[in-house]
Amino acid sequence: MTQKTVLNETHRRLGARMVDFGGWDMPLHYGSQIEEHHAVRRDCGMFDVSHMCAVDIAGSHARAFLLRLIANNVDKLQTPGKALYSAMLDETGGVLDDLIVYFIDEGRYRLVINAGTAEKDLAWMAARIAEWRFNVAHIPRRDLAIIAVQGPNAKARVWQALPESRAASEALKPFHAVDAGGCFIATTGYTGEAGFEITLPAGRAEDIWQKLLDAGVRPVGLGARDTLRLEAGMNLYGQDMDETVSPLDAGLAWTIDFSGPRDGIDFVGKTALLARPQERQFLGLRLDEGGVLRAHQKVVTAHGEGEITSGTFSPTLQRSIAFARLPLASAAGDTAEIEIRGRRLTVRVVKPCFVRNGKALI
Amino acid sequence: MNIPANLKYTKSHEWLRLEADGTVTVGITDHAQELLGDLVFVELPEVGKELAAEQEAAVVESVKAASDVYAPIAGTVTAVNASVPEAPETVNQDAYAAWLFRMKPANAADLDALLDAAAYAACAVE
Repeated sequence: MTQKTVLNETHRRLGARMVDFGGWDMPLHYGSQIEEHHAVRRDCGMFDVSHMCAVDIAGSHARAFLLRLIANNVDKLQTPGKALYSAMLDETGGVLDDLIVYFIDEGRYRLVINAGTAEKDLAWMAARIAEWRFNVAHIPRRDLAIIAVQGPNAKARVWQALPESRAASEALKPFHAVDAGGCFIATTGYTGEAGFEITLPAGRAEDIWQKLLDAGVRPVGLGARDTLRLEAGMNLYGQDMDETVSPLDAGLAWTIDFSGPRDGIDFVGKTALLARPQERQFLGLRLDEGGVLRAHQKVVTAHGEGEITSGTFSPTLQRSIAFARLPLASAAGDTAEIEIRGRRLTVRVVKPCFVRNGKALI
Repeated sequence: MNIPANLKYTKSHEWLRLEADGTVTVGITDHAQELLGDLVFVELPEVGKELAAEQEAAVVESVKAASDVYAPIAGTVTAVNASVPEAPETVNQDAYAAWLFRMKPANAADLDALLDAAAYAACAVE
């Protein structure tokens, strides 16, 4: 059965075109996904991302559990409120999910995991807790909603709509969170722009969404969320990596911390990753003529073949861009060829980060 | 749903208009552009190309997906709307004004077999 967020009726009232995403009935766009994309780059927009699942990890062994559960190192989190992006691997080194972990206090961390993988992740965590005999509970917080407000004017609009949140959130550094009167406000996001991700009690979501709307924040659907994250060089689980893909081949090496062992033990998947070095380069592609790069298209390089994992039209760059897994010898600056409808087109290999804070990087 | 009564349609969401000179103008329907979302790329056939009925004639590509546009009837391409590839969003703005190509039918009677507005409306809601 398709699941609905607490804002489902609100989206329909705003005229959203709804689609199934990871088993959730979500807004694809509210009219034009390209205009929504530009709104986030130039002004600000808001996304209902309540389909993503907040999971609290609570108990005296919370840190020890996370040191072992995820591939990045939670010992990097020394001040309450700090956040960390990480992959969660299985024993073969495949990516079970990617997530953000927030350090609330020594006895409590909050993970935000993907919608489509939530049930699998929760079962995995339950099994590891039982296996490792940690004094820790994992608590899915379906009582919470998440609204992301992103763009150069996002923070100002949030403070205008929710003045009481300003004092607590004004001094937040990037990738930090703070509790402001029951709203958990984080300087994280999936667009490459400044802004907040606000986790709040589901019962307050409609009221806060309306206040943001009244402050001039434009609703943005998952369509623009995908073009924004691709321009920003951010991976999408299920497309750019999954259980069959090593994080080292998916551009996630920067999130894997091989130092340690931590607390005398290794994180799940470490042994497998050390035994299987990187095999592919995760790079960007840019097409300078007509056509749109799409996932699963074959890429022919001087060093062998590769494959596009995510491709789209970049509204900011006004051309098609993609992520691809390419042969190890490939590098930014190369050219490669792809085939679209029987025609061979030349693409430029670039670093997989195209736009940040409204500015083109390539 | 915006389905003008004076046009002919296909199940694959093309519209046709018979012009005074006997040629037909072809585009995609408002319903089709809505399903596709924002168009970002359009490829048109070459003038003079002979097309069989239901042969791929053009490509419209949105942020979401690429979609073929088929020749609704057999005929020869006589003109293309060159302004559309330069501004694909005009199809989203008015799918019946932003026509894609014109063709001279091989057999004018072929038009009779196409859907009228009521029949297309019924198949578009399926």
